[in-house]
Amino acid sequence: MSDIADRVKKIVVEHLGVEEDKVVESASFIDDLGADSLDTVELVMAFEEEFGIEIPDDAAETIQTVGDAVTFIKGAV
Amino acid sequence: MFDLTGKTALVTGASGGIGGAIAQALHGAGATVALSGTREEPLNDLASALGDRAHVVPANLSNAEAAAGLIKDAAAAMGSVDILVNNAGITRDNLFMRMSDEEWQQVMDVNLTGVFRLSRAALRGMMKARWGRIVNITSVVGATGNPGQGNYAAAKAGLVGMSKSLAYEVASRGITVNCVAPGFIATPMTDSLTDDQKGKILSQIPTGRMGSPEEIAAAVLYLASPEAAYVTGATLHVNGGMAMV
Repeated sequence: MSDIADRVKKIVVEHLGVEEDKVVESASFIDDLGADSLDTVELVMAFEEEFGIEIPDDAAETIQTVGDAVTFIKGAV
Repeated sequence: MFDLTGKTALVTGASGGIGGAIAQALHGAGATVALSGTREEPLNDLASALGDRAHVVPANLSNAEAAAGLIKDAAAAMGSVDILVNNAGITRDNLFMRMSDEEWQQVMDVNLTGVFRLSRAALRGMMKARWGRIVNITSVVGATGNPGQGNYAAAKAGLVGMSKSLAYEVASRGITVNCVAPGFIATPMTDSLTDDQKGKILSQIPTGRMGSPEEIAAAVLYLASPEAAYVTGATLHVNGGMAMV
């Protein structure tokens, strides 16, 4: 399922305009990748669209890092 | 100037005098428009008068699900909602001490909560497009107060604070959020006033006349245009000098 990780990374790189090598599993969207709170909302929207899933608000709040996103999406698709 | 060719606009309350004029102005500038309201017949009449690029999307905004549904319907008809004009509004006037919970709540539901829900639903598409315009029609009484309109004035003033907060949040995404605050505008509603009532109103207006729906529409057209990209969180008062705030 590394496919999911690759797709998540691609979205993050495109959306936040960061270098691909910085988008590692442990990278925090806000602390390491320079996202603001609105970026995180947009990322969640982009994940929902890409993977055809619904990410409820309380789950969205727990998605802090790239790895969190991959884990959640793997469980939801 | 003010060319909206290729843009899509949803106007609520388009069956009324001001909403109809707004839809006409945006359409005249080249936008595709979706006309919303509770009464379908005047919407259909307006759509046929406008011709191409006009769609009818009826909705009752006192219903919670209707707001999200309306944005979906409008986007389905036009492909997107680039411009949202929240013009729909109701009045349930009464002296404060006599005002019922229902009269208060109905006005809040449509005039304030309805705008919140519609704006929230429209933002997703605007964020992705990195372009959007939300124009909320408020009222001079939101700034000045008006006896008998405690509920209406509260909802309209509430819209101003809501618009400013949202304007902060989405400014970096190319989305602006502004208000247009009409004073007394000549519509079928004001036609029913007596000459005595009209005289009292006119004595408070420096320009000595009521405004026209087209004069409100022109302010909306400006705020919806690409030229107004640097204007956000503002309230444009169009009231003949009645309240210089």
